[in-house]
Amino acid sequence: MSPRLIRAAADATGRRPGRPLRITVDGEPVTGIAGQSIAGVLLAAGRTSWRTARSGAPRGVFCGIGVCFDCVLTVNGAPDVRACRRRAADGDVVTTQSRVEVADGDVAASQSRAEVADGDVVTTQSRADGSTDGAAGEGA
Amino acid sequence: MTVRQVVVIGAGPAGLAAAASALAAGAAVTLLDAAERPGGQYHRMLPEEYGAARPGRLHHGWAAFERLRRRVLGHPRCTWLAETAVWALERPEPGHPGLPLVHTLTGPADGTDRPRRTLAPDALVLAPGAHDRVLPFPGWELPGVYAAGAAQALAKGERLVIGDDVLLAGSGPFLLPVAAALLEAGAGVRAVLEANPPRTVARGWARRPWELAEQPGKAAELAEYTALLAHRRVPYRMGRTVIEARGDGRVEEAVTARLRPDWSVIPGSEVTVAVDALCVSHGFSPQLELPLAAGCALLRSPAGEFVAVDGDQLTSCPGVYAAGEITGIAGAPAARTEGALAGWLAGGGDPATPALRRVRRNRDRGRAFAARLAAAHPVGSAWPGWLRPETVICRCEETDYGTLCRAATEEAGAAPRVAKLATRAGLGPCQARICGPTVAELTARLSGNSPGCPADGLPVAAPHRRPIAQPIRLGELASSPAPSEPDTKESTA
Amino acid sequence: MRSMNGTRVVVLGAGIVGAACARELALAGGFQVTVLDRGGAAEATTAHGEGNVLVSDKGPGPELRLAQLSRRLWPEALAAIADGPAGSANGPSGSADAVRAVEWDPKGGIVVATTEAGADGLHRFAADQRAAGVRAEVLDADALAAAEPHVTRDHTAALHYPEDAQVQPAAAAAALLGDALAHGATLRTGCEVLGARTRGGRLTAVRTAEGDLAADLFVNAAGPWSGRLAARLGAPVDVRPRRGDILVTAPLPPTVFHKVYDADYVGAVGSSAEDLQTSAVVEATRGGTVLLGSSRRRTGFDDRLRPEVLAAIAAKALRLFPGLAGVPVMRAYGGFRPYVPDHLPVIGADPRLPGLWHASGHEGAGIGLSLGTARLLRDLVRGTEPEIDPAPFRVDRPAVLGALAPSEESA
Repeated sequence: MSPRLIRAAADATGRRPGRPLRITVDGEPVTGIAGQSIAGVLLAAGRTSWRTARSGAPRGVFCGIGVCFDCVLTVNGAPDVRACRRRAADGDVVTTQSRVEVADGDVAASQSRAEVADGDVVTTQSRADGSTDGAAGEGA
Repeated sequence: MTVRQVVVIGAGPAGLAAAASALAAGAAVTLLDAAERPGGQYHRMLPEEYGAARPGRLHHGWAAFERLRRRVLGHPRCTWLAETAVWALERPEPGHPGLPLVHTLTGPADGTDRPRRTLAPDALVLAPGAHDRVLPFPGWELPGVYAAGAAQALAKGERLVIGDDVLLAGSGPFLLPVAAALLEAGAGVRAVLEANPPRTVARGWARRPWELAEQPGKAAELAEYTALLAHRRVPYRMGRTVIEARGDGRVEEAVTARLRPDWSVIPGSEVTVAVDALCVSHGFSPQLELPLAAGCALLRSPAGEFVAVDGDQLTSCPGVYAAGEITGIAGAPAARTEGALAGWLAGGGDPATPALRRVRRNRDRGRAFAARLAAAHPVGSAWPGWLRPETVICRCEETDYGTLCRAATEEAGAAPRVAKLATRAGLGPCQARICGPTVAELTARLSGNSPGCPADGLPVAAPHRRPIAQPIRLGELASSPAPSEPDTKESTA
Repeated sequence: MRSMNGTRVVVLGAGIVGAACARELALAGGFQVTVLDRGGAAEATTAHGEGNVLVSDKGPGPELRLAQLSRRLWPEALAAIADGPAGSANGPSGSADAVRAVEWDPKGGIVVATTEAGADGLHRFAADQRAAGVRAEVLDADALAAAEPHVTRDHTAALHYPEDAQVQPAAAAAALLGDALAHGATLRTGCEVLGARTRGGRLTAVRTAEGDLAADLFVNAAGPWSGRLAARLGAPVDVRPRRGDILVTAPLPPTVFHKVYDADYVGAVGSSAEDLQTSAVVEATRGGTVLLGSSRRRTGFDDRLRPEVLAAIAAKALRLFPGLAGVPVMRAYGGFRPYVPDHLPVIGADPRLPGLWHASGHEGAGIGLSLGTARLLRDLVRGTEPEIDPAPFRVDRPAVLGALAPSEESA
């Protein structure tokens, strides 16, 4: 079975039936209720993973409290939002993120160039790393 | 005379208690937390939109928490900054007195264009809390494997059940409230596995049994969870743990095994069980980036590194107090007591007030409790035995164990900072929050030597050092902060 | 005084310059090399930089000549290391791995001016560089947009420097040092030099916490700490720390393809101001992160993170790449550059104390200049004719010995 929301009628906390909200994830509509985190909306909708790690492995919620950054996604154009910490808002446009490196660097690069050229924020869905032999240190 | 300005970072049990007693001492308090509502992880509140009539059903000590919350947030000298992240603490110039400046961002989690603010406190109370420490094992990066705290946060904070065939594993009494939260929410809990054998746990807890009796709240709470497990026929097994998770795209089965007291796996004891979720916790990691940024000295204990405090909860930095799990893992009652003491003194309260005697005594009991907790639920030294060369250690960068082993044995590249750059372990978005202590432990073992003294001005390579304490968007960073006066309501005092 | 195994050399400092010197001497034959560091190898300034191998930021003169020599040596050295020495402990595959980790990337640099005055200055600077043999190609707006699609359209001039390259600096130092060790050098870490032993005015040993270490030659390659080390040995040189800070973004899709910096950078590198100088230097790493620099401050060994410095770096970077405004910064780090008032390295024998040599003072260019420095040092030590004139780098010049006013930095 997948994760699910406790039905309001069966909830010992006596909560009200939720006010519905709708977000889109990679263009697909997903419904939830007001107050849920984006991670909660996705989990309750049966999605246990949405991010793709560099190896291509799927990732979803791990720590659940904003520490591990496994669940990050792009919300209304802003990348790297922790889904477990961000309250879902009706109409949120969510896109999933991937760090898979694409072998053909030029293709990946031109894709992201086209997408970025539209707006002034880097919001591409794919986080492909086009450089096959990139460089430079990051002091620890 | 101006009113003393106290900034309290973190509104969990410790921070809320600190704010209350700093207010009682006459100070103006700015209480801030990254969450929308106070309570921390322990009293994680349901969203207001849920309109819960009986939220207390999910909590111990709810009535007292509600009273405290109302008193603090409604106090005329308290400024409550919800959804406020501290992205940096700025120490004063070397040799200059003064407190660190607190640099904040306020707005929805990881939002954009959140306004920056700089607070200049007269005293600072750090109460950021802790998160689950999860030791790596093959398959722990599969979706459906959660840190135990995630399962609890989703159940208590959102009323979401993570599965119907849930296995809990790891070490420590925290597994019990998580199991209870899952059962309350209607999840199926297959078993709770405590990695330490009964003898270790019993020896740790029974060393000074009278001390446990003096933490009645905690003992009763734990007894209640144990009774619940028994009632719901959920087995609580000791000396067994999960050594592997398997599944195609998400966890489908867990391999458990019996452990010796040092957590080495007993060959042939492996059992494979079908699960739809796996919750793991091997203890807690205190959130030490802010204490380190403030310049606070740490104390190494068998349970890990914590902020060193004196009898007044004062850290090695003048005016900077620490309370709660960052000084030692002892649970909410102990955190409240530490917060109360820290807040009173940070707020300029009389250190000789007779009422403090009881607070200090309770605090000392809390510390004793922390020591017993650590003794009863240690991490066995042989745990790396269940790692394989391809086991992911750094979840962000997917650095595997084999890569760490190779890096640690390269003579020319063995320095921790150099190995980190070479393996990328700890360089990803979580900034080593999850893998940092594990990588430090494994690297020290593999290379067999400790790093030399650091060069002046360059900090020791520490797993908890994160000068950017929370991500800040470039546009936010480039914008100017609001004036550095904390807005307070001291005029009404 | 020579031992049976040749001239005994102790290289003081296992950063990139010390590693390069140790390798060059170990390869030369006739030297028995020990590298000493009070910390771990390559973990101070070397591990806190960007890994620049640049010619673009240097005007005609001795430093450019050293940079050009170094730029030629880098691919040669990496190829030689990858082939692996016979009988290497790690074998050829270990050496190849070490070289792969260096992430040598001749990505090229692009310098962008955003004002008319900046454009004029940039064109003049480039013309002088061309005369000195540097490739500097003017990019028109279309060429710049093709090369760096996210860079500001609001620019007045852009120049492409195809010779600029990048390495992962800690791995580069580890590869050089590893090769030195494979050629017989030894490494001692966690061992601090406390003072000197001299005989007849000659440096014969350094005192350390673990006892005396005797040698025929000592090479001061302690980077920003070489001023203090030299003072401990009784021959002070004016090398001071100049702090720099770098921001690291979360991993991004490919957004920055060269090392891109604003034309102010050259001015900041060449300035001697103590107060804060910032200029935009933007580049991507193999991990997908973007590094944003740079700042220059002379504040002694003060390791505090200063939000106003980070904010200034962010603002300048956004002027070059406005589209990065929504990208999160996840880390910042700072390091200390070894700064000499006349901005030239110090390479050569110390005439005041026979037996002591210096290879230091490279400010922000030590990664790139390390190989040329080591080659120069080797030739000077052996008494052979160096490829470039060593005189501008000599120790007894006024900038190095002249103004040794006591300060917290050189004390």
